[in-house]
Amino acid sequence: MEKGQNVDQWREWDAYYSPFDPCSPRQKYYLIPPDQMTTFQSAGLKQYSPHEALKRGTLWPDLYSPYPRGAKEGTR
Amino acid sequence: MSSEKSLPKAYYQYLHELQAVDFVLVELSLYLDTHRDDTQALAQLQQFQKRKHNLVAQFEASFGPLYQYGESQTDAKHWAWADAPWPWQV
Amino acid sequence: MWIYEKKLQYPVRVGKCDPRLARLLIEQYGGADGELSAALRYLNQRYSIPDRVIGLLTDIGTEEFAHLEMIATMVYKLTKDASPEQMKAAGLADHYVNHDRALYYHDAAGVPWTSAYIQAKGDPIADLYEDIAAEEKARATYQWIIDNTDDPDIMDALKFLREREIVHALRFREAVELLKEHREQKKVF
Ligand SMILES: [Fe+2]
Repeated sequence: MEKGQNVDQWREWDAYYSPFDPCSPRQKYYLIPPDQMTTFQSAGLKQYSPHEALKRGTLWPDLYSPYPRGAKEGTR
Repeated sequence: MSSEKSLPKAYYQYLHELQAVDFVLVELSLYLDTHRDDTQALAQLQQFQKRKHNLVAQFEASFGPLYQYGESQTDAKHWAWADAPWPWQV
Repeated sequence: MWIYEKKLQYPVRVGKCDPRLARLLIEQYGGADGELSAALRYLNQRYSIPDRVIGLLTDIGTEEFAHLEMIATMVYKLTKDASPEQMKAAGLADHYVNHDRALYYHDAAGVPWTSAYIQAKGDPIADLYEDIAAEEKARATYQWIIDNTDDPDIMDALKFLREREIVHALRFREAVELLKEHREQKKVF
């Protein structure tokens, strides 16, 4: 988790595509949220300012997860 | 059509300030629930408690009580707790 | 006991009159993985879980009620001035004929809330894993609602709520780690 928000939280996979599938194939992906990157938060992690923390929903950048995919840091 | 007097800009500013400070207190509380030996986090929480205390006093003086059951300062002449607007209305 | 705070946890804004969104948001009001389920699940599990994690369940359970109030605020603002025609156009006619504009604990498909949504096994590991799963499910639900939203103000509040699920999930995972430790055990000699 200490690598935090710099780690790409998204994983991609492909579903089997049959020639008889009616719709064109779509890339599948899912999220690995930051709570899965650690088992126990370490002490003294860098913090957001109070207003920034409220806006993002967490006090710690290492726990922040942007959404939707492709949303950049600070674009909330 | 609207029967409510609209609230001054300052209401929203104070409220936002309070929400930010309170949010830090929520985050630190949950953190301390699983890290109770982190004295640095505890000291930070105490520091934010003071900020909250001052903000609440300022907010309540202008816009009425924030806490029910006598937890807030009360006005001798008027029971302001039951006054609208309520949080989901503003 | 609890003390009500006359303010929301987060400054909820609704940018446009779009009652259709109310119908989707109600999923997190009275749905299986919604905020009501969350609050009741954690507060109820407190009575049988080891003392070491009661504080956490109390604090997260209480915060979930603040989230329930945020969802209620969005639904309230989206429906309070909607005409019966607007309700109908938003797919809320079925809701309207039973409840008018009243909020009700049901999901986006109209299924009423039931305690069958929440578990209490009395086994701390089973209960905490239930809680971790509930947080991940709530996070996913917020993602799917955000995907169906184009109001940036509503999105803003939903992103806050989604992030809270991530923080809660981590705290529950930490609670599991705490229960694995031996150091809380009383010395017997
Ligand atoms: Fe939660």
